[in-house]
Amino acid sequence: MSSATETLQHDAHDDHHHGPAKGIKRWLLTTNHKDIGTLYLWFSFIMFLTGGAMAMVIRAELFQPGLQIVDPQFFNQMTTVHGLIMVFGAVMPAFTGLANWLIPMMIGAPDMALPRMNNWSFWILPFAFLILLSSLFVEGGGPAFGWTFYAPLSTTYSGDSTALFVFSVHIMGISSIMGAINVIVTIWNMRAPGMTWMKMPMFVWTWLITAFLLIAVMPVLAGVVTMVLTDKYFGTSFFNAAGGGDPVMFQHIFWFFGHPEVYIMILPAFGIISHIIPTFARKPLFGYASMVYATASIALLSFIVWAHHMFTTGMPVAAEMFFMFATMLISVPTGVKVFNWVATMWRGAMTFEIPMLFAIAFVILFTIGGLSGLMLAITPVDFQYHDTYFVVAHFHYVLVTGAVFSIMAAAYYWLPKWTGVMFDITLAKWHFWASLISVNVLFFPMHFVGLAGMPRRIPDYALQFADFNKWISIGGFAFGLSQLIFLALLIKACRKKGEPVTDQVWDGAEGLEWEIPSPAPYHTFDTPPVVK
Amino acid sequence: MGLLKGTIGALISLFVSVSVFAQSAETARSDLNLRQGVTEISSQVYDLHMLMFYICIGIGVLVFGIMFISMFLHRKSRGVKPANFHESVKVEIAWTVAPFVILVLMAIPAANTLIAMEDTSEADLTILVTGSQWKWHYKYMDSDIEYFSNLATQREQIKNKFSKGENYLLEVDRPLVIPTGQKVRFLITSDDVIHSWWVPDFAVKKDANPGFINEAWTNVIEPGVYRGQCAELCGKDHGFMPIVVIAKDPTDYNAWKSEKIAAIEEAKAEEERLLAMNMSMDDLMANGKKQYLAKCAACHQPNGEGLPGVFPSIKGSAIALNDKVGHIDIILNGRAGTAMQSFSKQLTLSEIAAVVTYTRNAWGNDTGDIIQAKDVFMQANGK
Repeated sequence: MSSATETLQHDAHDDHHHGPAKGIKRWLLTTNHKDIGTLYLWFSFIMFLTGGAMAMVIRAELFQPGLQIVDPQFFNQMTTVHGLIMVFGAVMPAFTGLANWLIPMMIGAPDMALPRMNNWSFWILPFAFLILLSSLFVEGGGPAFGWTFYAPLSTTYSGDSTALFVFSVHIMGISSIMGAINVIVTIWNMRAPGMTWMKMPMFVWTWLITAFLLIAVMPVLAGVVTMVLTDKYFGTSFFNAAGGGDPVMFQHIFWFFGHPEVYIMILPAFGIISHIIPTFARKPLFGYASMVYATASIALLSFIVWAHHMFTTGMPVAAEMFFMFATMLISVPTGVKVFNWVATMWRGAMTFEIPMLFAIAFVILFTIGGLSGLMLAITPVDFQYHDTYFVVAHFHYVLVTGAVFSIMAAAYYWLPKWTGVMFDITLAKWHFWASLISVNVLFFPMHFVGLAGMPRRIPDYALQFADFNKWISIGGFAFGLSQLIFLALLIKACRKKGEPVTDQVWDGAEGLEWEIPSPAPYHTFDTPPVVK
Repeated sequence: MGLLKGTIGALISLFVSVSVFAQSAETARSDLNLRQGVTEISSQVYDLHMLMFYICIGIGVLVFGIMFISMFLHRKSRGVKPANFHESVKVEIAWTVAPFVILVLMAIPAANTLIAMEDTSEADLTILVTGSQWKWHYKYMDSDIEYFSNLATQREQIKNKFSKGENYLLEVDRPLVIPTGQKVRFLITSDDVIHSWWVPDFAVKKDANPGFINEAWTNVIEPGVYRGQCAELCGKDHGFMPIVVIAKDPTDYNAWKSEKIAAIEEAKAEEERLLAMNMSMDDLMANGKKQYLAKCAACHQPNGEGLPGVFPSIKGSAIALNDKVGHIDIILNGRAGTAMQSFSKQLTLSEIAAVVTYTRNAWGNDTGDIIQAKDVFMQANGK
């Protein structure tokens, strides 16, 4: 994508614009939403491979019973940093990258509303992850308390890298909040004339709601990591019963952030799928209004379900019931979304290009993750599922085959628009099928070992879990390798190897972004289009 | 469309695997499905799990089925023309209300079971369960019986030097023993980080929070040996703190109890005897090494060097080389605000004496100091 603009022909009336700067300065100093989107996307892909490499270490150790490759302390560092990188480094920046590229093009705006802040919110991210990754090399190793960093394991009983962990999370949070402010201000103020709220593309809607969630909960995360910092280094007792605190309060604060965070990672995915399915079914999205309301309901409900992560902490039975019922309620709007996608497909004229394949895989596999989520909502049974591989299976179905598959679907869907050439379809097919099969070999048996009683976050396990773990590891290695196909494909696409595409790219695609040239010019919509 | 056939093929295989799962669930195979367990509550939980599972399968078959039919019938390659409908208030209300009704139907039995599970009143026996890194401590509230329960799997099995036994990682030196047919209440807490006491066959999983006490209960029908594990990440050896519970019928349980009380009396007498004795250096070193490997080596490592930045080295440390009083003190009382716990309950006076002697003389810490049980006794009692 990088050289996308070099061949750009400026029209005469357009000459007050400068093209992109040359060399590294273009990327360091850019305020262009497309450049920043590209930076975010590449950064998230690099983080995806980094976090994936850690998952490979985890799966290699778990390939058979006994300790073979790493010691338990390092194993815990791997599970912790894998989680942090995938959540904050891979999935969230990928969605922010897509927002940067797409929101201005979808609403007919020339750029994001706050371009300099946009540059800043990206460029602090690499430093956040540099700090986090460097913590692995300090004496005593990196954070080893799980990405959920429950106190007092993360306070009194943690290593000295905790300070680095806290500061890196602070920087990630600042980046996310700035990104969210930018999205909200852009959508609020810069929509093309005629684009009323209920005419906004679904991706824009879902991101608007996501941005509000981010602004609401990232400060909570910042608060809780700061409390961890002061408990560890400055003698406070927020989470220490001996000083009048409560370790369970940590979990309440963390999950008050953490549950909306889960929806931050899935709502934009809903938006993406709501674009792709109508395109390839050649039929308008079914129930646009109910999609918007469902997204908003999910976002609101996300604030009153946090303690379903904490059923075993010894809450009063009335609280357990409240959180059980509230959690079950979330399946109603989520169900509406799935039904609407299926209804969109119904009596369409479908073709199955790569983005559509990923979108269909998303609908099915995300729904499987949603159904296991419904099972987890039932408190009495959750006592058995809690902190086992059943939970690991559940959240990887919604995050990998959910969020990550939607990001891949989006990449394939909009990549030709960004580069002006069709990606290598053969490689894409290999990538899809290899990923689809391996991801299920990887995550499906986790349901079984979880139900059979294997706890999560253990470096070694009892013998009855050995067979499935071997398969899970094989699936894991295969899924990891499959992503290298994607890497090859992306490099090829960015070097513009491929057939040129039309402006519309896909013959059922609708929306402002498909009306501008392919590749998208460096500056678009100097004069706003009129939406009828 | 080759791709479509592929998609359908992959999805069919997914369904087959799901239905195989459903069939095997009927036989309650523990390597595929939740176990039915051995209490009334655990089988209620199992029934709820299966109910939820079948409802999910039903929803899955319906939704994915319609999707596949659509993917088969409504393909462009079949020459269909797309319809243009994009809303239907009736349909949308229907698929909002119908799931809601299903949810209410699920919620009723779930709430009933939950209320029963959380009713810890009128217990016949109460046991205090305390987690610490990385062992469990059980204290019977109706007698003097209390003891620690440690992983019994040999280090060599974990390191792949010996072949692994049948109950690899699920075996302990001293299991918890409870009577069958009685309501046993567990008070669950922790000395350091959060642990979680989980025995799948009882459907009991409750977090052990430091500074707070949680309650859970069980009433086991069948005598037997039931195994579980710590279920909350609690540091380095989280994967190595299993739980074993032996349920005995009341007669056997009472016999075990009297035996245990007698053994405690005997141990007290032995302790008195050792207190008066002077052990030789060799005996102290041999016993010290044994206790060190069992209780200390998980953190401070068998070579005494610890893990830099996490667990301090004893080899060459100031305490082990000079400060004899401080050395005994840190083992007796632990060090607040660190992972170093108090060992005064886990080791006898003579064992502490042996460990102190061992760590002051092993790995080149050649202080030549000999610590006797009475030295520890004197210090423990402030003399």
